[in-house]
Amino acid sequence: MSDTHISRREWLLTDAPQTRRQARLGAIYQGWLTFRANKLAMFGLIILILLIGIAILAPLISPQSPFTQNLAGRLQPPSSEHWLGTDHLGRDILSRLIHGSRITLFIVGTVALIAPVIGLFIGTVAGFAGGWVDQVLMRITDIFLAFPKLILALAFVAALGASIGNAVLALALTAWPPYARLARAETLTIRHADYIAAARLQGAGPMRLLIKHIWPLCISSLIVRVALDMAGIILSAAGLGFLGLGAQPPMPEWGAMISDGRTYILDFWWVAAMPGLAIFIVSLAFNLLGDGLRDVLDPKGGKS
Amino acid sequence: MTPLLSVRDLRVTFPTRQGIFEAVRGISFDLGRERLGVVGESGSGKSMTGRAILGLVRPPGRVTAEHMRLGDQSILNLPERRMRKIRGSRISMVMQDPKFSLNPVMTIGDQIIEAYRLHAGGGKTAGRQKALEMLQAVQIRDPERVLKSYPHEVSGGMGQRIMIAMMLAPDPEILIADEPTSALDVSVRTEVLNIMDRLVRDRGMGLIFISHDLNLVAQFCDRVLIMYAGRIVETLAAKDLHNARHPYTQGLLNSLPRLDAPVDRLPVLQRQESWRDAELETYFPGGL
Amino acid sequence: MLRVENLDVWFGFPPDRVDAVKSASFTVATGETFGLVGESGSGKSTILRAIAGLIPSWSGSIEVAGKAVTGSHRDRAFYKTAQMVFQDPYASLHPRHSVDAVLSETLRLQGMGDIDRRITKLLEDVGLGRGFRFRYPHQLSGGQRQRVAIARALAAEPRLLLLDEPTSALDVSVQAEILNLLSDLRQEHGLTYVMVSHDLSVVGHMCDRLAVMQHGRILEVMDVDALRRGEGQQDYTRHLIASSLGYQRA
Repeated sequence: MSDTHISRREWLLTDAPQTRRQARLGAIYQGWLTFRANKLAMFGLIILILLIGIAILAPLISPQSPFTQNLAGRLQPPSSEHWLGTDHLGRDILSRLIHGSRITLFIVGTVALIAPVIGLFIGTVAGFAGGWVDQVLMRITDIFLAFPKLILALAFVAALGASIGNAVLALALTAWPPYARLARAETLTIRHADYIAAARLQGAGPMRLLIKHIWPLCISSLIVRVALDMAGIILSAAGLGFLGLGAQPPMPEWGAMISDGRTYILDFWWVAAMPGLAIFIVSLAFNLLGDGLRDVLDPKGGKS
Repeated sequence: MTPLLSVRDLRVTFPTRQGIFEAVRGISFDLGRERLGVVGESGSGKSMTGRAILGLVRPPGRVTAEHMRLGDQSILNLPERRMRKIRGSRISMVMQDPKFSLNPVMTIGDQIIEAYRLHAGGGKTAGRQKALEMLQAVQIRDPERVLKSYPHEVSGGMGQRIMIAMMLAPDPEILIADEPTSALDVSVRTEVLNIMDRLVRDRGMGLIFISHDLNLVAQFCDRVLIMYAGRIVETLAAKDLHNARHPYTQGLLNSLPRLDAPVDRLPVLQRQESWRDAELETYFPGGL
Repeated sequence: MLRVENLDVWFGFPPDRVDAVKSASFTVATGETFGLVGESGSGKSTILRAIAGLIPSWSGSIEVAGKAVTGSHRDRAFYKTAQMVFQDPYASLHPRHSVDAVLSETLRLQGMGDIDRRITKLLEDVGLGRGFRFRYPHQLSGGQRQRVAIARALAAEPRLLLLDEPTSALDVSVQAEILNLLSDLRQEHGLTYVMVSHDLSVVGHMCDRLAVMQHGRILEVMDVDALRRGEGQQDYTRHLIASSLGYQRA
């Protein structure tokens, strides 16, 4: 058994792969080894896997319904019956946190899908085309950057109406400019590289250069950046929830839960502290993960 | 007479996923007041040898040796603070590309004066005086103007001369030059070499000249160490280089195209596994 | 094969305009190897890039295989006629593309079929075995990378290769291998080379004729025998030849 295992490791780490598949798997395995060497990043990854597991299994593992009110048992401190206590309507905080993880993941996931894609597209096109295209796209980016993110998101939500979907949209629309800048900067360093010139000499058109040659090199730094920004996105989403512009009651969104708890924060600290703790842990996990991904994906970062 | 620098069984190792990688595998040599060339291909460990002497091998790289002495002082794995004192004041280094070794946001004058005062102390005016002297010593025609300019305003050749001036300001005993001329054009190269040659001779310094260019080393140095795969395979007086006995050295020499002896195909070096580990005839190649 | 007349190349706009090449003219016959030598900044690489269409700002006339080219636009036929090998094999291969990806993309762009067989053939041509096909650039040595770059240039089956210092980033023993490979390929495929180099001995080994450049101008065009004898009409040429012979202690 151990024999085959060693040979599989060697098969993956070989310098002379025999097939396309082996080469690709080998590259992934190398990355995984680098990532695994970073203990903190592994810690972050484990937390996030747990979070996803919890979100998937929420109805099965949550001890009670997140919506059932029990006004007689409101604002109970943590006990064996309610592990994390109850809120001002007597709902079990643990169950609400568990169900809330779905909302958090939905927000984070959607924003993480939309914002970097917009940013990547605008940034690489601007950097690669140059000239007036670059000027126009970058000035638009500047306009977005000129407003504080949360204020802009507030304006969007106020205009579109308060709902979780609109909150996500607003966050995504305000989060892309930094990615555009990053992608443009990367593109500028890449576009005069010899391998781009070589591809051009093979007759590769601008679309092909952009998609097959420039994007793969920009994406890795974007992924790192997104992972590091996740914490901020969670906090912004929580902020919108806190201001009543995101998830609407009775949805167990973590930011809205803090908002609900703030009236009682001095006497019944757990109502606000528990969702706060959850946000803190998940944010931290994303940050650690981002650090680890930088080791793997960003050839310039840290490792020299 | 004690040599300026004495190195015995120097090893530099790096842990990698595939096991321990030995960049330098037990080399020994002595350096006197001479120009010692270290030649080899990329990956032969020649640059790593220079870095090891200067204490610039970064963790997780490890340096071990039987001994490594500068005069009477051991400089093997000294703490960084003491090593920094030695670098600069007793051993200096000139790197390949001056663009990367000069600070782009400081004027050249400030950098030379700072480098000088760091090691020799003294006031600003004394430092400035010394800086002017040094620039004159490396044959810069308008030293006053160069003192006020920034690194991007000077050419590659001038930048390299300025680096040499900076490195020589504290009167070191040993100068380690790692490919000091390979980023320069041939015409500028001769000038820079002349300056280095004169300074080394006049001040009685020891020079370690690391290069991949066999002919250059043969013409410029007194003695040549030829490195292959982290070991010294041959030590020769520079004038005897063309009578080298080791097949690796011969192979390298033959693979160079020559203007005076045209051939249809260049002989290609056939590497032999035995070169890596064969017992060397001249086991103690150091001798002064 | 190649005719360049009154070529001017510049960068930037007045008042910061830099004239990199000034009225350069030369012709290269089919099957010939032509060298461009000079020190850094003399404009020798710039000429190659202008021919290849990598620099839009030039004037004069460039004819490749009897067809004039304009600006930085080149048609498909041009890419099938002329290809380029770059100086630094560490910068000319995309770090995330395997050898297989590089070559198959090139072949597809050139509209070739039977890609599997052609890749194998190309790798054999440049002296790399099948085992190299799925490697990434970081798994290759400098010489192997340059071989891949040459294979990429050959994929289009061009007749003219523009070589921009193809060996200056390599060790001398590897340089010998690459130069031999280039000689063999020239013979097998009947190629025409234009080779830029700062190393006179390399040019002397490879080329039939050469142009000596300084400050963007072609000082003189000489044949290789004159170079070997150390004869130049210009002082600068003789100086260049003398200093390339090595270092003489002052």
